[in-house]
Amino acid sequence: MQLSLLQQQLINDHQQGFPLCSAPFSELAQQYKVDECEVLAAINSLQTLDVLSRLGPVFDHKKAGASTLVAMAVAEDKLDHIADLVNQFEQVNHNYAREHDYNLWFVVTDKDMVALNKTLKAIEEKTALTLLILPMEASYHIDLSFKIDFNDNPQEQHQLKHKEALR
Amino acid sequence: MSDSTYQPNAKKAEPLSSLERQYILLTQNGLPIIAKPYHWLSERLNISVEQVLNLTNSMQQRGIIRRIAAVPNHYKLGYHFNGMTVWDIEDSQAEKLGQIIGKLPFVSHCYLRPRKLPSWNYNLFAMVHGKSNQEITQYRSQIKTLLSEVLVNRKQQNAQPFKNCDMLTSTQILKKTGLRLKNKNVANDVTATTQEKNHV
Repeated sequence: MQLSLLQQQLINDHQQGFPLCSAPFSELAQQYKVDECEVLAAINSLQTLDVLSRLGPVFDHKKAGASTLVAMAVAEDKLDHIADLVNQFEQVNHNYAREHDYNLWFVVTDKDMVALNKTLKAIEEKTALTLLILPMEASYHIDLSFKIDFNDNPQEQHQLKHKEALR
Repeated sequence: MSDSTYQPNAKKAEPLSSLERQYILLTQNGLPIIAKPYHWLSERLNISVEQVLNLTNSMQQRGIIRRIAAVPNHYKLGYHFNGMTVWDIEDSQAEKLGQIIGKLPFVSHCYLRPRKLPSWNYNLFAMVHGKSNQEITQYRSQIKTLLSEVLVNRKQQNAQPFKNCDMLTSTQILKKTGLRLKNKNVANDVTATTQEKNHV
């Protein structure tokens, strides 16, 4: 995937912040010495390519409700089925299969603690499995931003390797 | 006792006003990419642009909004490998080392979580990302070097030692959505973008 310099800058320079003013893209245009419409076109195409998931406010799950990380140890042949059951809960917003005895990892977010505990109970009942509940006690860096390295992108190669590994 | 009730020691989330809920609903999937996105928002919230900017500022100050930012899709950018590194470290050192580990450029999240002995003895979590398995393995050893002094040597009841570190790599993304708030009062309910069942 070939991204323009402007697109690379837009991704790397704004993972931490984006102007809060009535015409933010015009401010970016001034910063990069291009037209506002070029900035809009660059960002639109990043979204079309799905390289940019979104641009906007990033909310703190904790402040907007209660959440916790949860793990489950699921028999390998039941993993898809259990994952489907878990995903049916709209309160589940991330769900990853991982290589470990605890092989299913997801985040549950609800409006408050009471609702969250109720949902956790419901997941336990639905799956008939015990949950390992690991709420956050402290966070040291939760910005999910790190500098993207655009120079070396051996995408296909790794995709292939990993697909083989999954067989 | 069931494991599924937990008492948080963190402060309670403050209740959101209905305006704030609507704000979250309208923006949780991102702002529209148009010249004046906050005007778009002001029309939908029925308040002035000035008020939108002030409200945004205030939500940011109260920590409801962490930041306004571009959120890249790391997977599409070639970061196909993520490892959840987990560590059993001395509690007294956790705060200090959590901060050091969290600042490493390849770490996206770093959390302290409770141990659940005997099933789970790790208290520090650091998520690493890379373009190859080799890369994330190397990051893991860099973290291990930093933590070498504080790793706990814990014995199980049968006297076997617990492992004091591990890295859980992901084999599949089964669901991935942003924050999802549902609001009965808002008709044009915004559904989050969901990536379902992507192989990684």
